[in-house]
Amino acid sequence: MSSSPTVANEALRVSDAQGHPRAPRNDWLFRTLCLTAVLAMMATLIGLVGSLLSGGWLALSHFGFSFFTTSTWDPVADQYGAAAPIVGTLITAFLALVFALPVAVGVAVFLVEICPQRIARSLAIAVELLAGIPSIVYGMWGLFVLAPWFAQNVQIPLMTWVTPGSWLEKVVSGVPNGANIFTASLILAVMILPYIAAILRELLMSVPSHMREAAYGLGCTPREVVMRIMLPYVRRSAIGAVMLGLGRALGETMAVTFIIGNSHNFPGSLFDSGSTISSTIANEFTEATGDMHISALIALGMVLFMITFVTIAIARLLLGRGGPK
Amino acid sequence: MTFETPHQDQQTVMIPPPEGDRVIDVHGLDFFYGKTQALFGVQLPVARNKVTALIGPSGCGKSTLLRTMNRIYDLYPGQSASGTIQFDGENILDQAKNSEQLRARIGMVFQRPTPFPMSIYDNIAFGVRLHRSVGRAEMDEIVERSLVRAALWDEVKDKLTTSGLGLSGGQQQRLCVARGIAINPDVLLLDEPASALDPLSTAKLESTLMELKSSITIVIVTHNLQQAARISDYTGFMLLGKMIEFRPSSDAFVSPETKQMQDYITGRFG
Repeated sequence: MSSSPTVANEALRVSDAQGHPRAPRNDWLFRTLCLTAVLAMMATLIGLVGSLLSGGWLALSHFGFSFFTTSTWDPVADQYGAAAPIVGTLITAFLALVFALPVAVGVAVFLVEICPQRIARSLAIAVELLAGIPSIVYGMWGLFVLAPWFAQNVQIPLMTWVTPGSWLEKVVSGVPNGANIFTASLILAVMILPYIAAILRELLMSVPSHMREAAYGLGCTPREVVMRIMLPYVRRSAIGAVMLGLGRALGETMAVTFIIGNSHNFPGSLFDSGSTISSTIANEFTEATGDMHISALIALGMVLFMITFVTIAIARLLLGRGGPK
Repeated sequence: MTFETPHQDQQTVMIPPPEGDRVIDVHGLDFFYGKTQALFGVQLPVARNKVTALIGPSGCGKSTLLRTMNRIYDLYPGQSASGTIQFDGENILDQAKNSEQLRARIGMVFQRPTPFPMSIYDNIAFGVRLHRSVGRAEMDEIVERSLVRAALWDEVKDKLTTSGLGLSGGQQQRLCVARGIAINPDVLLLDEPASALDPLSTAKLESTLMELKSSITIVIVTHNLQQAARISDYTGFMLLGKMIEFRPSSDAFVSPETKQMQDYITGRFG
């Protein structure tokens, strides 16, 4: 604010009741406080990355690149290869996205374009309630309800139905207890669904009404307006929304730990039990005794951090550009 | 929006085109935004292959009248119309279904340019494909012909594959006109199509409309009285949700009969 100095002085003088000119006010305290907050946060971030690196260094330097490519995870022999949890993390998150995305699009389109606005608002709140359920509750439900049901009604019938030796048998083989990669992905899908649906709904609502009218004015049906005009209009931001959901699926720990079966073997099929990075850490950290074991777990944590960071960075990049095209 | 109750003794003047020339005939049209009535027994005869201009102060209901003619108001629950709008032997307000086919025959261009988020070519091909399947060669031809008729071809022929959003406002609006005429409508409704355009783009758009009217019936809502006088064959003057005066444009701006229209076109209100 470098307007006329006399005007500024006048303005300052008014604020003093006794008529004494007031000392020019300075914002240094406020600015310093804000700056301190930022510095504290950045220091935490740098410290975190630094300790992940130094903690994981022992394992990373010892195993080298094979830490990422081998899947022997043997605390007794002190051999650690993280391929199984890394792949487990990526597969469960990706599958969760595959399950959740069509439903989320359907929910968002229904709320915005099909159902009456008054009902839409209450339905939207219900969708957001899904997001508020603590993950451990999802985990319990998954283990005690979904897994037995899935084993009884899907897994066993499928395994008896498929031809032995066929490729399909390989896909569905596994211990029929319902605790496997597939059910873990289902749980994850339920957990990320409300996020994606809520963001998609807001994106669709942001499509200008004149764009909708123009499409309808050409003789589009509601389906054509949504599929051909509105979804393409928000495409870029929608990818951002999806990546945010993916980021959440990658990092989710408790629910997955409950239901994925926690096997360190490289998953051989869709219905095989497996592990993710976060479930491995959650399961083993309290029992890890050797330096190498702890270091390997910390290195796992760093890998997860990097995967999630990249995902969210891409999401932010896409969301930030916003708008059409 | 609130509307004062019109005076009971208000005089109205209708000098409509002969009945046989009309392609759309609006009779006794009432329109409601929820409980608020916006149109009161409006009449509008639209002559075939002529330009009909609707003028009047803001909030007089001219855009509302336009939006009933292709039932675009259907998109908004709570808006309703009663009366008759005769088009092709049927009252289009009667048909609860098939507004898609109606809108293919009665196209609309909006106040703000609304290119779709796709290429210039696809902006036009999109609407055509909605209603019939067209081969590549024929589509090329339709796209070119529509753009030529909308006076946009020379400006975009080298960048048909680029996004329609990259065009200037005036070009975008002519693209919307091209998109509208590509599906071969009988009638084109234009809702203040030039209000967001600079004078040069406006002139281009106007000459486009003059070209079009040999084959398409045009109804245009405008705030620009000179524009109405320049391009229209018939002019309807509306006030407070009523059609006050409707007559050939040749004398509408010279010798309006009602006091309200005289006041409006001489700038005494509105």
